[in-house]
Amino acid sequence: MAVKLSPNTVKKEFIEKLEKLSGQNIQKCFQCGTCSGTCPMSDSMDTPPRQILRMAQLGLQEDLEKSETCWVCASCHGCNVMCPRGVDLPRVMEALRQMKLRKNVNKIEPSEIPAETIKDCPQIALVAGFRKLTS
Amino acid sequence: MKIIYYPGCTLKTKAKNLGDTAVAAMSRLGIELEELKRWNCCGAVYSLADDDLIHQVAPVRVLVRAMEQGGGKLVTLCSMCYNTLARANLIMKNDEEKRNTINSFMDEEKDYNGEIEVVHLLSYLKDEVGWDALKEKVTVPLEGLNIAPYYGCTLQRPREVGIEAPGSFQLMTELLEAAGAEAVPIAEADLCCGSYQIIGNPEAAGNNSAKIVSAADKAGADALSMSCPLCEYNIGKKQGGLPTFYFTQLLALALGVSPEECHFELNHQSSFELLKSKGIVKL
Repeated sequence: MAVKLSPNTVKKEFIEKLEKLSGQNIQKCFQCGTCSGTCPMSDSMDTPPRQILRMAQLGLQEDLEKSETCWVCASCHGCNVMCPRGVDLPRVMEALRQMKLRKNVNKIEPSEIPAETIKDCPQIALVAGFRKLTS
Repeated sequence: MKIIYYPGCTLKTKAKNLGDTAVAAMSRLGIELEELKRWNCCGAVYSLADDDLIHQVAPVRVLVRAMEQGGGKLVTLCSMCYNTLARANLIMKNDEEKRNTINSFMDEEKDYNGEIEVVHLLSYLKDEVGWDALKEKVTVPLEGLNIAPYYGCTLQRPREVGIEAPGSFQLMTELLEAAGAEAVPIAEADLCCGSYQIIGNPEAAGNNSAKIVSAADKAGADALSMSCPLCEYNIGKKQGGLPTFYFTQLLALALGVSPEECHFELNHQSSFELLKSKGIVKL
């Protein structure tokens, strides 16, 4: 993917907000791709975790807002324990989710969850799902 | 001997086969799991956003209740509760600014500074009971059962709260061996089952769980042993391809707790069938 960089494309405020919300220095990432290789959900992502972090480093706010990847992350921390640079990527994913959720949007609508699922699944599935995927 | 115990929401409803069997098994070992007198949901997942302190209040309140009830160790079972409580505890121990904000927000409660030690039952069994002592109490050895220990994510990650290092599955392996079963190692023991994505992205979650079942099957395991109701739902009930047990059910059974009290009716029916076919449960 060719990316043109200029002071207009690098959204500095976005980078600052992402770093503040995640508590992570995203510039530490040197793009080794261990996170993408480790991620058990990467097959279902439109953009793998390594690329998400690169896009974040370059402040590509609009592209990140379009990506659905942060919604697919299951916060399993598999990438986090393997990262040679100590970047806590699940926190970056959480920050990306929160930026979307704080605009008062839901990724899933509780009323649309099949009744059978609500009846069968353990409470922690619902509590965790609502915490991560609804505003 | 008594130890304070936090069951969490799911163990009181959908996962009685995890909670009740732990209480019964520990009682056979002469240890009473004394439930916290007042407890609330821990929130199931730890808040990862740096500015989101309000969601830390629920787990911290649980820790405050444990302190009010005598303090020391707080034993938990559900992997997600363990993870959430242990991580919230680290904030209260190590982050002065956040600790002060949370303490000043809570009106009724005493200030809390991380005094409680959050302990998962597997660690407690090893450190406070010991595998040799446990072995001596086994009356129904689980002979002929080949069980793959499965940890999922939250028992081991992140490192600072892991019950052991990522990639090591010793505690559950040793427990299963003490109970007389054969532990079958699988590399997928810490692969995520898909977790809460079972309601957000069920297909992706299902793919992950299927990989775990397939790995255990290929390794020659008859069943998987686990500690998390969400893993059990995703891998056991939703997949239905391989029997799944909570480690506490296997422990209780080995210690002579009756099969009825082990609530196998709450597992996929293949789980109980397996125990019957191996002659461990006789009808």
